Amino acid sequence: MSTVAEATRTVERPVSRGRWLRRTPLGRFVTKLPFWLLIAAIFIYAIFPFYWAIRSAFTPESELFRTPVDYFPKHPTLANFRGALSTSTFQHALINSTIVAGSVTLLALAIGSLAAYALGRFRFRGRAAVLYLMLSMTIFPQIAILGALYTMITRFHLYDSLLALILSYMIFTLPFTVWVLTSFMRGLPGDLEEAAYVDGATPLQVFYKVLLPLIAPGLVTTGLLAFIAAWNEYLYALSFIQTPDKYTVTLAITTFQGKSGFQQPWGEIMAATVIVTLPLIVATLILQRRILAGLTAGAVKG
Amino acid sequence: MSSVATPAPTSRRRRRSRLQRRQERLAWLLLVPALAVVAFVAIYPLGKTIYQSFTNQEFLAGIEPTKWVGLQNYRDLWHDATFRSSVWETIKFTLITVSFEFVLGMIIALVVNSNFKGRGAMRAAMLVPWAIPTVVAAQMWKWMFDDVFGVINDAGVRLHILHHSVAWISQPSTALASVSAVDIWKTTPFVALLLLAGLQVIPRDLYEAADVDGASKWQQFWRITLPLLRPAILVTLIFRTLDALRVFDVFYVFYGNRPDTQTMASYAQSTIVGDGHVGYGSAISVAIFLIIGLFVVIYVTFMRVTEE
Repeated sequence: MSTVAEATRTVERPVSRGRWLRRTPLGRFVTKLPFWLLIAAIFIYAIFPFYWAIRSAFTPESELFRTPVDYFPKHPTLANFRGALSTSTFQHALINSTIVAGSVTLLALAIGSLAAYALGRFRFRGRAAVLYLMLSMTIFPQIAILGALYTMITRFHLYDSLLALILSYMIFTLPFTVWVLTSFMRGLPGDLEEAAYVDGATPLQVFYKVLLPLIAPGLVTTGLLAFIAAWNEYLYALSFIQTPDKYTVTLAITTFQGKSGFQQPWGEIMAATVIVTLPLIVATLILQRRILAGLTAGAVKG
Repeated sequence: MSSVATPAPTSRRRRRSRLQRRQERLAWLLLVPALAVVAFVAIYPLGKTIYQSFTNQEFLAGIEPTKWVGLQNYRDLWHDATFRSSVWETIKFTLITVSFEFVLGMIIALVVNSNFKGRGAMRAAMLVPWAIPTVVAAQMWKWMFDDVFGVINDAGVRLHILHHSVAWISQPSTALASVSAVDIWKTTPFVALLLLAGLQVIPRDLYEAADVDGASKWQQFWRITLPLLRPAILVTLIFRTLDALRVFDVFYVFYGNRPDTQTMASYAQSTIVGDGHVGYGSAISVAIFLIIGLFVVIYVTFMRVTEE
């Protein structure tokens, strides 16, 4: 354990003062103070921008565009939320993003778990090569294939369709899903599988009756990570979608237009950001431990 | 992992049972959908992008018939001032964000690694920036940076750090710093979490032994923590660098296609989609791919060298 607090405490100092700092309650408080200030600073740094979005979302427009700035809404209102939710672009965007991110997640999990079954529970030649391929795909820069995807998508008449996004989002969700689920599959003990084989189960039955339930936590975690990645995507959505009715939430949020054209409707934009982000934050906090495990499995073990 | 996958020697290969062969076939069968998707959405497009980069393809067919132009696009790219400035801008952004994220992330990881009340809440708070979409984070900061009604100007003036409000985003001297601030805010906690995972596997008795030997905390950090954390540090740095080099979202939300604040990725995107120069844009994409590849090679050789 090397903590900053302990580090500051052991700095050389006159003996008498050191004893005072260690013995008395006030002294202990003083020595711990920098540490707690640091904690508070980190906490505020992490939270403040989101707090600011929330406070701006609840602040009526008349108070929003006024100096000096209020740090807490004096007359909290839901008007911005109502305004944001009543725009048809934003309504469509919420539905579109749910369709896209949901389909991407299900596809990635279905295809990815089959691949993970093969990579995690079978011995065969070429296994390492496939694993390396998947690993290298996880750091694949999406921009590198934009030119080809753009022409492919127009060729197949998928331009301006959600299907274009669902397919192209597999690039960054599938390899990651395969990689993480493989590590889950590999971690399972072999005896259950053997018992099922002895009872005459086929490999596919073993897969969905024995293994799949066992890696359910892994499916939930990787599913959420894939969902978040698809929900947050911007580059492809910006390049392949044109009609406002087909916008995803990221597109909608960057093109928000107020009723009056001269001022950006920051209150409504912030309300929209809160609506878009809150489900992700809630899900993340509920699944906190598992997400941390999933992220570190994806990154640190690589 | 490698032990499982090494090819069996020939003498044994003949003895492979039918069951084993059937298993092998089944495994490949299970991999077919995943490999098909990867081939279709990643490998084929990559090949096609490389091919397109040697042509003068335009999005609006009919302007000019697409033909092979050899290295012409790359020659143009070499003399393209916008491309050069976008590479430079991206590299500056990468250096700024990765170093800030690493130093801040390390401090946060060390703090959170100690025992204190509210550690769970702290970790939860750290996941908040990570869960917020980059585009949304950019919008939130754009509002905070607002030159008239933004909280950053207001707080700065109130605390007497600023004499007057600053147009953070539009002013060229603070433009890069303000985009970097968004990325640093969004990613530092993630870096801290990765480093924290690395810190937690360092055995505690090492520190206890160092305490007994009278080593200061500062010495312990340099002699124990840092060396043992090296694998986690390198992986984190690689991930962050690769991510930063392909940055697009924050810059686009802040500046659109403003020429002096384009990154490599936003220049490629605007060339392909905005201008419809698919051939030239593909050459930019390939160049980005090569530049990122170069960084990977540098990191990997650096890792090899330091391991020896």
